[in-house]
Amino acid sequence: MTTFLVRRLAFACVTLFATLTLVFVLVRIVPGDPAQLILGDQASREAIDALRQRLGLDLPLFKQYTVFLLGALRGDWGVSMVSGQPVIGEVLRVLPWTIELTVLSLVIGILLGVPAGVYAAIHRNRFVDYAVRISSLLGLSFPPFVSAIILLLVFAIALPWFPVISARSGSVAAWYQSIALPAISLGLISAAYVTRVTRSAMLEVLSEDYVRTARAKGVPWNVVIWRHALRNALIPIITVVGLYLGILIGNSVLTEIVFSRPGLGKLLIGALNQRDYPMLQGMMVIYTLIVVLVNLLTDLSYGFVDPRVKLK
Amino acid sequence: MSAAGPSRGALRVAAPSPFAYFASATLKAFNTNKTSWIGLAVFLIVVAAAILAPVLAPFDPNDQNILEKLRAPTFEHWLGTDSFGRDTLSRLLYGARISLIIGVVSTFAAMVIGTAIGMLAGWHGGRLDTVTMQAMDVLLAFPSLILGLILVAMLGPSMVNIIIAIALTSIPPFARIARAPTIAVKEREFVDAGRALGYSDTRLLIVHILPNILPEVLVMGSLWLANAIRTEASLAFVGLGVKPPTATWGGMIREGFENILDSYWLALVPGVAILIVIFALNLLGDGLRDAIDPKLKGEA
Repeated sequence: MTTFLVRRLAFACVTLFATLTLVFVLVRIVPGDPAQLILGDQASREAIDALRQRLGLDLPLFKQYTVFLLGALRGDWGVSMVSGQPVIGEVLRVLPWTIELTVLSLVIGILLGVPAGVYAAIHRNRFVDYAVRISSLLGLSFPPFVSAIILLLVFAIALPWFPVISARSGSVAAWYQSIALPAISLGLISAAYVTRVTRSAMLEVLSEDYVRTARAKGVPWNVVIWRHALRNALIPIITVVGLYLGILIGNSVLTEIVFSRPGLGKLLIGALNQRDYPMLQGMMVIYTLIVVLVNLLTDLSYGFVDPRVKLK
Repeated sequence: MSAAGPSRGALRVAAPSPFAYFASATLKAFNTNKTSWIGLAVFLIVVAAAILAPVLAPFDPNDQNILEKLRAPTFEHWLGTDSFGRDTLSRLLYGARISLIIGVVSTFAAMVIGTAIGMLAGWHGGRLDTVTMQAMDVLLAFPSLILGLILVAMLGPSMVNIIIAIALTSIPPFARIARAPTIAVKEREFVDAGRALGYSDTRLLIVHILPNILPEVLVMGSLWLANAIRTEASLAFVGLGVKPPTATWGGMIREGFENILDSYWLALVPGVAILIVIFALNLLGDGLRDAIDPKLKGEA
C-alpha cells in the first residue's frame, strides 16, 4: 500500500508540475504583448512599461517561471487586473458555490445511475435494458447548457416553481430553490455516465465464477447483486466517476452561466472576457489542484474498496 | 491479450483484399446493432442539409429585417425570426455547416495526431512510452472544456483557432486507444515476418499495424466527433465561437437565451438540433463499439 501511495503521490506531483508549466507557457504564447492587450491601442509607452513591470513581464523568462511556480505553491497568485483584489481571495470566495453544485450533481448522478445500471444489467437485453441504455445515451448527448435551458424553460418560466436567477439567501428553502435546477441539470447528465459504467461493470462481474458459486450455495439473489457483484464492480465505477468529475467541473461553467449562479465558471468567463491574465493563471492553478486532488482521492478509495489493491 | 485467437475480429490479420475485408466487417458491425443505422441515417441527413443549405434555406441567413423581428413560427418563417429579424431556419441550416466543419476537421486532426502518438509510444515502449502516456494522462485529467475555453480566448476566436483548441484537447483518448492494440499486435507473427523480410518500422506501422487498429480508432472518432460538436457549441455559447454575424448553433442559443422570456424557441430550436446530431453520433459510435469490442463479441 505504501509503494502504491508513494507512486500515486509522485504522479500527482508530476501532474501538478506539468500543468503549472502548461499554464505558464499558455499564458505566454499569446500573440502580442499582454500588457498592450490589456491596456488597448491607445495606451502610452510608459503605462505599458509600468504594467509589464507590475506583471513581472520585464523579467527574464526563466525568472518569471520560478516566480510563478513558487507563487502558485505558496498561494500567491497575484492580483486581479479588474478588481485589484488578490486572485486567491476571489477564487476562494466563489469556490464553495462550485463545489456545492458539483458534489450535489455527482450525488444525484450516483443515486440515480447506480441502481439504474444494476437494474439494466440484471435485465440484460430485455426491454428495460434497452430503455435504460437509450435514455442514458440520450442523457450524455445533452450539452449541459441545453439541458439547463430546457429545465429553466419548463420549471422556472412555464411553471413558476423556481426562480429564473439562482441566488441564495439564508434559509434552507431559499438554498433549495437556488440549487435544485442547476444540480438536477448536471445530475441527470452525470447519472447517464454512471448508469452506463455501472451497467457494463456489473455485466462483467455477473459472469464471474464467484457469483455463480454464491447463487449455487443459496445466497439470496439481491444479496448476491448488492454485496457480491456490485462490491466488485465498484472499481471501474469509481474510476469513471473520478474522471467524470473533471468533465463535471467543465460542465458546471456552462450551468452557472445559464442560471446566473456565482462560482468558478462565472469568474472564469469574466476573466476571459476581460483578459484578466493573473486571474486566468490562478483559475487554472485551482482547476489543476482540484483535478489532482480528485485523482488522488480516487486512487485512495481503490485501496479502501478493494483490499487486493494493496498488494500492487 | 497475448492469446488472441482468430475470434478477435477487430484484430484479425488483414485479408488478401483489405478493402473488401474492411467493407464486410463494417457491414457486419452495423448489422450487429441496428441502432447504428439510425444514427448514421440521421447524421447523413444533417450533413446533407448542411451541404444543401444554400438551396434549402428560404432566406439569406444574415438578412436583417427589423420589422419582422422576434416573430413566432409562421408559414413564411417556419422557425420564427431572431432579434434582428433573421430567419431562424436559414440560420440553423447554415449553422450546421460551421458545427460540422469544425467538428470533422478537429476530430480528424486529433485522430491522426493521437493515433500516431499512441502507435509510436506502443511500438517503441520503454521510456518514450512512459513519458508520452504520462503527458496524455495529464492532459486527459484537465477539464477539456476549460482548456478549450482558455486556448480559444488566448488565441482569439477564429475558426482555425477553435479547430486547433478542440483538436488539442481531443488527442489523448486517441493516443490511448491506439496504443493498447499496437502493443498487442506488435507481438504477432506477421509483424515478426515483416521484420524478417527487412521492412522498415514506418512500413510495418502503417501497412501492417494501422489496418488492425483502424476500426477502434474510427469508432472512437465518431464518439469524439459528437464531443467536438458539443465543445464548439459550448464555446460559441459563452461567446468564444466563430464571430457573429456568422450563424453557429451555439451562438444562436446564446442570442436566443437573451430573449428567453418571450421568444423561447430561439434558444430551444438550435439546442434541440445540437442534441439530435450528438445523439445520432453517439448511437452510431456506441452501436459500432459494441459490435467490434472483442470482450462483448462472444456474449451478444
